[in-house]
Amino acid sequence: MSGSQQARSTSTPFALGGMSGYLLKGGRVVDPSSGVDAVGDLLIADRVIAEIGDSIDPGSIEVIDVSGLVVAPGLVDMHTHVREPGREDEETIASAARAAAAGGYTAICTMPNTDPVADTASVVEKVWALGREAGLVQVVPAGALSKGLVGESMADIGEMARSVARVRLFTDDGKGVQSALFARRAMEYLIAFDGIYAEHCEDESLALGGQMHEGERSIALGMRGIPAEAEELMAARDVALSRLTGCRLHLLHISTAGTVELVRRAKSEGVPVTCEATPHHFTLTDEALEGYDPNAKVNPPLRSEDHRDAVIAGLADGTIDAIATDHAPHAIEEKDIEFQYAPPGLVGLETSLALTLTELFHKGHLSLSDAIERLSCAPARILGLPDHGTLAVGGPANVVVFDPDASWEVDPHLFHSLSRNTPFGGRKVTGRVVHTFFNGNPTTRDSELVGVSV
Amino acid sequence: MFKHLLSMDQLSADDITRVLDTAESLRQVTDRPIKKLPTLRGRTVCNLFYEASTRTRISFELAAKRLSADVINFSADSKSSVAKGESFKDTAWTLEAMGVDAIVVRHGSSGAPLQLSRWVKASVLNAGDGWHEHPTQALLDIFSIREHFKDLSGLNVAIAGDVLHSRVARSNVKGLVTMGANVVLVGPPTLIPIQARSWGAEISYDLDSVIEDVDVCYLLRVQKERATEQLFPSNREYAANWGLDSRRVAKMKPDALVMHPGPMNRGVEISADVSELPRSIVLDQVSNGLAIRMSLLYLMLGGAEEGDVS
Repeated sequence: MSGSQQARSTSTPFALGGMSGYLLKGGRVVDPSSGVDAVGDLLIADRVIAEIGDSIDPGSIEVIDVSGLVVAPGLVDMHTHVREPGREDEETIASAARAAAAGGYTAICTMPNTDPVADTASVVEKVWALGREAGLVQVVPAGALSKGLVGESMADIGEMARSVARVRLFTDDGKGVQSALFARRAMEYLIAFDGIYAEHCEDESLALGGQMHEGERSIALGMRGIPAEAEELMAARDVALSRLTGCRLHLLHISTAGTVELVRRAKSEGVPVTCEATPHHFTLTDEALEGYDPNAKVNPPLRSEDHRDAVIAGLADGTIDAIATDHAPHAIEEKDIEFQYAPPGLVGLETSLALTLTELFHKGHLSLSDAIERLSCAPARILGLPDHGTLAVGGPANVVVFDPDASWEVDPHLFHSLSRNTPFGGRKVTGRVVHTFFNGNPTTRDSELVGVSV
Repeated sequence: MFKHLLSMDQLSADDITRVLDTAESLRQVTDRPIKKLPTLRGRTVCNLFYEASTRTRISFELAAKRLSADVINFSADSKSSVAKGESFKDTAWTLEAMGVDAIVVRHGSSGAPLQLSRWVKASVLNAGDGWHEHPTQALLDIFSIREHFKDLSGLNVAIAGDVLHSRVARSNVKGLVTMGANVVLVGPPTLIPIQARSWGAEISYDLDSVIEDVDVCYLLRVQKERATEQLFPSNREYAANWGLDSRRVAKMKPDALVMHPGPMNRGVEISADVSELPRSIVLDQVSNGLAIRMSLLYLMLGGAEEGDVS
C-alpha cells in the first residue's frame, strides 16, 4: 500500500534516543476521519499510533498528561510559500518547517514560485530533499503548471509527478493562468498523472495594478481596487473547464461570496472541485487597510464584510474544504515602505490554528471536529497524504495536541519563521498548540520547538 | 490645534472656519510692502516631494518664508528613489535627525503621509497623496468660495471630471459636505465611482442637467492619457459631454463661479475662453493657496500661542 511506503520514506533522520514512545493521557481525542471524539488515551509506540483507548497502561513509556487538551491529527497546510531556493533570507525550507511544527503542522505543501521556479523535476526533488533534511514536517512540493509561471508553455509536469517528490498539485500560484486554452490543455494533460490543477484565480486585465479590494474603502482610501469579479471570472472559467476535461480542480485562497456560491453549485453538479480559504480572509476585512499597513496587503485582498461572512458560511457548510495559510514571508525592508510599493503576502503558519479556533470555533461557526477536518483531514485527502489527517491505529503518529481555551497575544518577534510580516501582531487569540508529533517524534513540546538542529 | 494635517476627515466645520479666518488675517500681510512675519523664526519646514509639482511646492515654500521659517526642499521621483535604495522611512528618519519641525509631503502612494506621521515627531502636512487626498487644496477652494458667497451652507457645487483618480475631489467633497454645501459629482460613469455616494455627494452623468442650478462649477483636470486607457472614447467626446464651454456657461446663474485646481487641460475639461471669464476664479485660488498654507503652518507650528496675527 502506498501509505506504508510513504511512511517509511518520510521517517525523520534524527534518532529517538532511548525512548520508544509516548502515552498521551486523558485528552479529548478528535479524529474527524474516523468520527472519533472522546476523552481517552493515545499511545505512540515505534513512531506509529499503537492504540487509542480508555485507560492504556503505559508500561515503561513516558506519560504526557494531556487532560483538558485536544488530541488531533497533525495539521496539513496546502499552501505554504517557502523562499528556498532564491530568497533564503526570507524563509528557508528548514525555517518554514520549524514555523510549521510550532504551528501544529506535520505536512506543508510548498508553492512553486521560488527562484528558480519549481517547474522541473530537479527543483522539486531539491525542495523535497531539503524538507526531509529539516525533518520536522513532511514537505510536499507543488509544481508549476507553466515554465517560469509565464502561462505559455507547459512545465515538466510528468517528470515532476514521476520524480521522488511525487508532485500531485500543480499551480502557477502568485498568478492566475490567463489563457483559457492553456488552462484547458494543462487540465487535460494532468489527468494522465492524477494531478490536481490548482488556480490562483485572478483575471489580470481586471485586477491590474490593484492594491486592495475594490469597494467603498478602496475608493475612500484612494487606491486602485481589485474587484471580486477578477477572482470570480477565472473561478467560473476553471469550473467550466474542469467540467469539460474531468480534471480535478482546486481553487486556492478563495475570498469572495461569488466564488463560494460558484463552488457550492459546482459541487452539487458533481464537478470535481475543491477549494481552500485562509485565516486572514475569514478573520479580517478591508477595514484593516485603513491605516495603510503594508502587512495587511495581500493577494487576493482582504474583502469587505459581506464577502468575509460568505467565506465563513462556506467553511461552515463544507463548501470550502480546507483552511490554508498562504504563508508568504517577506523581508522587513520590503514591507516597511510605502503601501503601493510593498509586495502582497503575510505569514500564517504560526497563527492559523489560533485564528481558526478564535474566529470559527469559539464564535460558533465550526465545531471542533469540523475545524480539524478543514485544517488537517481535508487537505491531507486532497493532497493524497494517507499518513496525515488521521489518527488511524497502525499509521504514523502525526499528531497535534492543543489547548482550545488558552489565550495568548501574537508576538511576531517570537515566530520561528524568518519573516515577521503579519497584521496580527498584538492580537489576542484563544487556542494554542502544546505538542506536535511528526512520525512519532515530538517536534513541539509544551509549546516549545524540540529536536531542532539549526 | 492639530499636530498633523493628513485628511479632511479630521477637520470639523469649526476647524475649517478657524483655518479660513486665520488665512483671512494673514493675507493682509501679503498686501504690505514687507511681506514677512517673524512668527516661525527658527523653525524649519521641509518640502518632501516625491512627485513633480510646481505650484503646490512653491506655494508652501513661500508660505513658510513669509512666516520667517527656514525651508528645505527635497524632491525625488518616488520610483528612482526606491531604486536608489534610500527608503522612505530612512529619509524620514534623516529629516527627523536634522530637527525639522514640519514636513510637507507629496507622494504618489496613497497613505504615505499617514505612514510618515507614525515615523517622525515633526508635524506632517499632506500636500497630496496618490488618489487619496489633497487637504490644503480643498481648504483654499473652500476659502475662495467663501470669499464670494460668505456662507457655504446650501450652496450647490458641481465637481466635474475625473473623480476616480482625483485626490482633489476626495478632499473637496469631504470639506464641502462638512461646510453644508450640496455636492454633485459629474462625469462619465467610468470616472465617477458610485461609492462616492457614501461621502454625501450626488452623482450625475449629465452636466447639462445640473449646470443651471449650480453656484460653483468645479472642474477637475482630466489627464489626456485617460482616453487611451479606454475610460472614454476621445478627448473630443469628453469635451462635448462634460467639458465646460461658453454654451454651458451661458446657462449658469449669473453669479455662479468657475473653479479649477490647475493645471488646466484647455480643450478637454474647460474651453480656453471660459478659463478667462471674470467668473473664473482660478487665479484667486492660487493666491488664496498661499494664505491657507500660511494659516496652517501658523496654527500647527504653534505660532498661534505667541500672540495675535493682526
